[in-house]
Amino acid sequence: MEEKKTHIDVARVCELAHFDICAEEMTEFQAQLDNILAYVNKLDELNLDGIEPTMYGQPVVNSFREDVVTPSLPREDVLRNAPDSANDEIKVPKIVE
Amino acid sequence: MKYIVSIGLETHVQLKTATKMFCGCNLSTDCPPNTNICPVCMGLPGALPLMNKEAVKLTVMSGLMLGCEISKYSKFDRKNYFYPDMVKNYQISQNTHPLCIGGGVDITANGAPKHIRINHIHLEEDAAKINHYARHSGIDYNRCGTPLMEIVSEPDMSSPDEAMEYLTTLKQILVYAGVSDCNLEDGNMRSDVNISIRPEGQEQLGTKIEIKNMNTFKGIYAALEHEIARQTAVVSAGGVIQQETRRWDADLGETITMRTKENAHDYRYFPEPDLLPVVLDDETIDSWRKLLPELPSQKKDRFVEQYAIPEYDANVLSAQLPVADFFEKTIACGAQPKMVSNWIMTELLRLLGESGKELADIPLTPESFASLLKLLDKKTINMPTAKELFPELFEKGGDPEAMVKERGLGQVSDSGAIEGFAKQVIEANPKVVEDFLGGKGPALQFLVGQIMKLSRGKANPQMAAEVIKKQLGV
Ligand SMILES: [Zn+2]
Repeated sequence: MEEKKTHIDVARVCELAHFDICAEEMTEFQAQLDNILAYVNKLDELNLDGIEPTMYGQPVVNSFREDVVTPSLPREDVLRNAPDSANDEIKVPKIVE
Repeated sequence: MKYIVSIGLETHVQLKTATKMFCGCNLSTDCPPNTNICPVCMGLPGALPLMNKEAVKLTVMSGLMLGCEISKYSKFDRKNYFYPDMVKNYQISQNTHPLCIGGGVDITANGAPKHIRINHIHLEEDAAKINHYARHSGIDYNRCGTPLMEIVSEPDMSSPDEAMEYLTTLKQILVYAGVSDCNLEDGNMRSDVNISIRPEGQEQLGTKIEIKNMNTFKGIYAALEHEIARQTAVVSAGGVIQQETRRWDADLGETITMRTKENAHDYRYFPEPDLLPVVLDDETIDSWRKLLPELPSQKKDRFVEQYAIPEYDANVLSAQLPVADFFEKTIACGAQPKMVSNWIMTELLRLLGESGKELADIPLTPESFASLLKLLDKKTINMPTAKELFPELFEKGGDPEAMVKERGLGQVSDSGAIEGFAKQVIEANPKVVEDFLGGKGPALQFLVGQIMKLSRGKANPQMAAEVIKKQLGV
């Protein structure tokens, strides 16, 4: 189970999510998020032993499809969405991790 | 100071499905780049994933083969990261409730059996293939979304050899079960390697180093050897191993720091809201269990028991499923098991090795193979004739019985004919006869050889030897 979070650092989240927000927004969102968390933390007042976290809103499971090929998109359409392409590959700045 | 090595492997295996994990895009490998792509695997806004049931089935079958407990309830999560191999900016994976838990792989380590525990197996989607060029990188998204099963072992292996044993056995089992081709050249099976060392006597594991994305067994072996030496040198010199991810550079023959703990990824996992949980009942799991083949080790034991062949032979024959099947089919056609086993292990595997062909690609059928061996067993043909016919059957197939009849290759077991040949040979080789009578064993071989020559290879050699001995009064 994930540990209980009592604080979420907006600056860190923005960094991870590649969001760029200004200092005022940072302060504003941090206060809002702290509020929301304080509200959720009210749950701690209850005894939740043996209760699984709710991860889905509906009591529906097992939505499968059969392993059957369906048509893909024409390549021209796919590449048209890309900023740049070369030799039928999507071209990006050189990346080596 | 002696150090104990602990190795764990996270092995990613592409499943043998026709379509991707969450969309119906084709998975055949020889398609031109970026032709098997749709809004789902390209992560276009509004596109919704729909789970491939076959991928779930193959993962559960793998779990059953490896003795895992199959989860009644499992779910999928988003693993968030930014890298152009994954267009959605997250990979759908399983973080908290994987499909299979526990299990293990039985290997042989230093001649003794050893059990390597599996922590869990989860199902996820593969990323795209990135090709690096001089000035840019190019991406082919055909692979993006391929069902990928991740088998996570416990750090139970204590040498590079054990890691090889584990991977080889795992591959054999998965290929047997038909869940993956495990073709290393095609990147069907790639591993992240964890390794740590600790001084002998210390209970707690040392700090682990992860080496990412290794796609050859040879590379893994070399990387492990290098890393053990490197870590031992650091610790022996009083240094401390820092937790980090390293990359194996095959050209340099060493591992290089990729990222340290401070820069480690924070994947911010959360439940995938676009997918429903997977709930499996006993009936479904049992119906998939029925599809499982015999494990290689079970097959080996059965071969020893059922066909009375030596353990060594059974091991060789059961190592690859096509060979094992060919062995049993040939016996079913009436050939004698020990004979079939000998011929497969010597002649057939040799020709396969030399030609680089797979059993499935050659025209030799179990029927004609059995027919050849039966002709030999009944002494209709002799060994040299059988060995001469075999490469031809391997290359072109055919009916051995018809070939023997048409070409008059039947063995001469008619004692009258052989006695005539023997008489000629004895008369023509007085010196050799003298040698033989004087006690030189090989001289008899020479005389038999001469009879074989006169009979154009068709004489029954045992009979020829007996007739010579009889005529010389030995
Ligand atoms: Zn697709």
